[in-house]
Amino acid sequence: MTLRLQASDLACERDDRWLFKDLDLDIRGGEIVRVEGPNGSGKTTLLKILSGQLADYQGELFWNERPMRQARQAFLENLLYLGHAPGVKAALTPLENLAWYQALAGEPVQEPTRLAALEAVGLAGFEDLPAGQLSAGQQRRVALARLELTPRPLWVLDEPFTAIDREGVEALEARLVTHARSGGCVLVTTHHELKASHQLRHIRLGRGGQDAEH
Amino acid sequence: MGKIWSFIHKLGSPKWFYGISARLMPWFWTAAVILLLAGSVWGLVFAPQDYQQGNSFRIIYVHVPAAFLAQSIFVSMAVAGLIFMVWKIKVADMAAAMMAPLGASMTFIALFSGAVWGVPTWGTWWMWDARLTSMLILLFLYLGVIALRGAFSSRDSGSRAASVLAMVGVINIPIIKYSVDWWYTLHQPATFSVTSRPAMPVEMWAPLLIMVLGFYCFFIAVTLMRTRSEILRRESNKRWVRELAGDQG
Amino acid sequence: MPSIDTRMSEGRQGSDGEPRGGLLVAVWATLKRDLTLLMRRRSEVLNPLVFFALVITLFPIGISPDPELLATIAPGLLWVAALLAALLSLDSLFRSDYEDGSLEQLLLTPQPLAMLGLAKVAVHWLLTGLPLALMAPLLGIMLALPSGSYLILAFSLALGTASLSLIGAIGAALTVGLSRGGVLLSLLVLPLYIPVLIFGAGAVQAAIMGDGAAAHLAILGALLALSLMLAPWAIAASLRISING
Repeated sequence: MTLRLQASDLACERDDRWLFKDLDLDIRGGEIVRVEGPNGSGKTTLLKILSGQLADYQGELFWNERPMRQARQAFLENLLYLGHAPGVKAALTPLENLAWYQALAGEPVQEPTRLAALEAVGLAGFEDLPAGQLSAGQQRRVALARLELTPRPLWVLDEPFTAIDREGVEALEARLVTHARSGGCVLVTTHHELKASHQLRHIRLGRGGQDAEH
Repeated sequence: MGKIWSFIHKLGSPKWFYGISARLMPWFWTAAVILLLAGSVWGLVFAPQDYQQGNSFRIIYVHVPAAFLAQSIFVSMAVAGLIFMVWKIKVADMAAAMMAPLGASMTFIALFSGAVWGVPTWGTWWMWDARLTSMLILLFLYLGVIALRGAFSSRDSGSRAASVLAMVGVINIPIIKYSVDWWYTLHQPATFSVTSRPAMPVEMWAPLLIMVLGFYCFFIAVTLMRTRSEILRRESNKRWVRELAGDQG
Repeated sequence: MPSIDTRMSEGRQGSDGEPRGGLLVAVWATLKRDLTLLMRRRSEVLNPLVFFALVITLFPIGISPDPELLATIAPGLLWVAALLAALLSLDSLFRSDYEDGSLEQLLLTPQPLAMLGLAKVAVHWLLTGLPLALMAPLLGIMLALPSGSYLILAFSLALGTASLSLIGAIGAALTVGLSRGGVLLSLLVLPLYIPVLIFGAGAVQAAIMGDGAAAHLAILGALLALSLMLAPWAIAASLRISING
């Protein structure tokens, strides 16, 4: 499994202010890419552009060397995006929440897969409680269970460590590394310092479009 | 294909539009002034009296052009919105933003002149006449587009939302008009409607035609003028605008 | 052309002509999810119905309890009150999905957003428009609605509220990102409701006069067909705009 997400000359202007400019990216399978920058530097916007949610950018995006506009369908079928908000319905149980995501992803809607995914994020025993009765960290874990539930090579994660306890953070970090090792790719924003790993790359966004990459 | 594309984008460049509109504007202003003057004098002084309504029918020379324009501006606004959404041409959005208040005021003028006309014709300021009712709904549609554009904190999102609403509205306008006409004939089949009239003599409709043309020229001139100032406002940090300001000051 | 090698895209790309089982599954799951959600929060389903009954109660008090007068205005009153009740429930159509992040996820599925939006609108109609239509004859009795028009009243409302849900969902999608979208939503949507109101109330009136309401109902059906064709695309476009805030 190889994958490649490229951006050339990427720039985003929001109401006459450049969030970033002249950004060139080449992300391949096996990498963990951390997007860094101060608040308001456009990290979330960049992730939204790279996950195909915002069409409001200049420059070109390529998925596996095809322009994003043509490859959008294939791109979405390979993408798993977790945003700021967990996307978990308080009135539904974790199992029901995941069933909807399974169906949206085009996976077979099977309960054993869901149970296994919930167990992997430490929610065994909470499957049938309404998500509203779970803590914020547990709700975040329900969202993270989608990483196990729908096998997708490209993960775009916006602040995935929010509200999670220390053990959970370690487990998630380890999960990101195994995903990269098995050929997948992770794009992540976080304030949490990721423990050094040979696959880790950084994209630094500054104020006013001073971007550096290495 | 490539040529058409580059032409469309050239047309859409604010700088190019700013230049071409400067050359076009005086022509439209002159035409508007001449046509409006000629039409008013002819319509108000020389056109014959109406056999039924006397002199009061002359308000038609304001009411009908305003009503025409009110509808045309909504259509132009939706077309500009479509151009903005499909080709991402910002000038189209600026023009649409400038057209909305103008269209709303034209709708208001049409409503007000209709109400004034109602006094001698029906003996009341307001009748639920088919044309007046459609105009009232159109006014609400304009107010919705204006309010929606202003409600977004990000201008770009406001522009897109207003464009979608204008397009939805323009599909609905004929449906609304048709259903209101139908509703009106159902409820007041016998009432005299001011605007659905027997054929007018040429001395009456010729000045009307001139007035309509004059209103259109006025609309184009005002839209060009206001779009130009909007271009300067939105592009004030671009180099060509700063150079322009430097030249003049 | 470089090989496209991620396994899912290969499987799907190679089979362009095949029906995509995924869409039906996704639409069905969305229907089921929204129905479950609303059934667990019954008050959201009941509130529009209570509102409908309350508004109808206000009119005899505000105007006159005279049955003859009420009978003449009943078709219009019932239709206007049902329309407002349907409108009130629209604001919450996409709002909770927007707030908890599900809407983002909905936009990122490989399935067409228009169809998934349509599923949500269908649930809204099923739990708002349809109950309102079923309840209307009851309130008709209270307004001394002439007999013979009750069936048409319920049928015209069931048909008409489907268009109202579709058109209203465009407004709801446009205003979902705004913190106080409620009043603005009414301003955007009400003018667009007028044709449905005219033919809906007209159908009931025609039934009372004994003219036969078939023509009105046919036009209501045509309006519904048009809304079904166009509204889903407008809803999808509006949601994409709103998510960008």
